[in-house]
Amino acid sequence: MRSSADILFAALADPTRRAIFERLSREGERSVHALTDHSGVSQPAVSKHLAVLKRAGLVNGRRAGRETYYRVRVEGLAPLIDWMGFYGAFWPERLDALEDLLGRMDG
Amino acid sequence: MTGPTEDTRSLVFERQMPHSAEKIWRALTQSWLIEEWLMKNDFIAEVGHRFTVRVKPLPGWSGITNCEVVIVEPPRLLAYRWGDGTESDSGLTTLVTWTLTPRNGGTLLRMEQSGFRPRDELGFKRMGGKWPQWIERLGRVAGGVE
Repeated sequence: MRSSADILFAALADPTRRAIFERLSREGERSVHALTDHSGVSQPAVSKHLAVLKRAGLVNGRRAGRETYYRVRVEGLAPLIDWMGFYGAFWPERLDALEDLLGRMDG
Repeated sequence: MTGPTEDTRSLVFERQMPHSAEKIWRALTQSWLIEEWLMKNDFIAEVGHRFTVRVKPLPGWSGITNCEVVIVEPPRLLAYRWGDGTESDSGLTTLVTWTLTPRNGGTLLRMEQSGFRPRDELGFKRMGGKWPQWIERLGRVAGGVE
């Protein structure tokens, strides 16, 4: 079985999809048509990319009349958090703060 | 949960400090002191005590970590579970262990965070080093998560 992180990486490995995702991150909710304009990609292709992003949990779509609007699900990025990287930077900083505190404590 | 078949990794940091183990122990176990150097918390040095610690939210994570005290042996050994796996889609289940060893008139302080599963670090390795910045930027642009 593919893990959620595998699916995410596959979804974001494609530069066109990454560009769509970045644009939705920047601009908020957009229709498929709006995303197609000036993108140099056909509308069916954009729809296909959006479907992949949606399967990966990175965007949500909602229908309104004949249009589908998409927006980013920021929480979909959670499996990409690099915990060892995060804590690898976190603890040395905290240990500095601990040493500083100990220097200010009595006895 | 970590099983015998699951390959896990650890982070280890050691520091020689010109302070007694008793003094360091206080900074590691008194809630108001912990808050000064680590994070907001409701820590009590009692085995089985459940507590939380809190940092700034990241995309997909509230910044809150659920913890549980596992070992209290003043002033030498302290261990607590760090993360119960429910905090996010990729929640951690690690163990933080503090070991205090008197040495050279001071104390050698060792911190180990063990139990990182391969999937906890899989992220950026595969796609190269740019991902952390990219994710952080996206989180910011998208307005972050409360």
